[in-house]
Amino acid sequence: MVFEFEVQGGDFATAGNASSQIKKILKQLNVDHHDIKRIVVALYEAEVNIVAHAYKGRITANIDTSEVRILLVDEGPGIPDIELAMQQGYSTASSEVREMGFGAGMGLPNMKKNTDEMRITSIVDKGTTVELIVFINQTTS
Amino acid sequence: MTVKELVEALGLTVISGATGLDKEIAGGYVSDLLSDVMGNCDAGKIWITLQTHKNVMAIASLKDLSAVILVKDLKPEPDMALQSEEEEIPVLGSSLPTFELAGKIYDLLN
Repeated sequence: MVFEFEVQGGDFATAGNASSQIKKILKQLNVDHHDIKRIVVALYEAEVNIVAHAYKGRITANIDTSEVRILLVDEGPGIPDIELAMQQGYSTASSEVREMGFGAGMGLPNMKKNTDEMRITSIVDKGTTVELIVFINQTTS
Repeated sequence: MTVKELVEALGLTVISGATGLDKEIAGGYVSDLLSDVMGNCDAGKIWITLQTHKNVMAIASLKDLSAVILVKDLKPEPDMALQSEEEEIPVLGSSLPTFELAGKIYDLLN
């Protein structure tokens, strides 16, 4: 099953709406709740990154019985040094965004920690693409 | 302990989301960094913070938290209070600063 969501850059009032929708869908599909938790953390961080850094973006969630694959494609400034951006505590967020409690440089590490695979590609001044993959319902118990 | 019992024990103010007062409290977490809560706070906990904007409720909902407590008489922005009502996750208020409030709640829960 494929679900698509649009994300508007700078619109913090709606940040998290796509994550919330996908969480509801995963619950309805009876996905293991530990898997849902991991997906929600990673996806929310990625969604907020589009809001905080990009002009706009599109989230495409592919859900099947063994994995959830989420693609986030944004139009924005891009990430010049992905390795640096991955470091805990590194952030380029504005002071307004930081005052809200975002921009602590924990988003990308949270995404990495809560996914089985994560790929980031970026072109400066064009945008960033993030792919999040979580294997689901793997427990045999 | 339920959220309602905590409210009564500490004289907290119920600012919004009163329909969620029967939720059980699994523990507490203190942070003003949203990604910290997102990454490290577990479901069922109460979240003590000084952040008063709508994204607090987005996180409280995504993480299935039992309640949010605002310290130092801070008030939620209107859209935060509204989302608290919709999600049935209470926003509570205290006049205490974070350290004192967290200490009292820790004593009650342990």
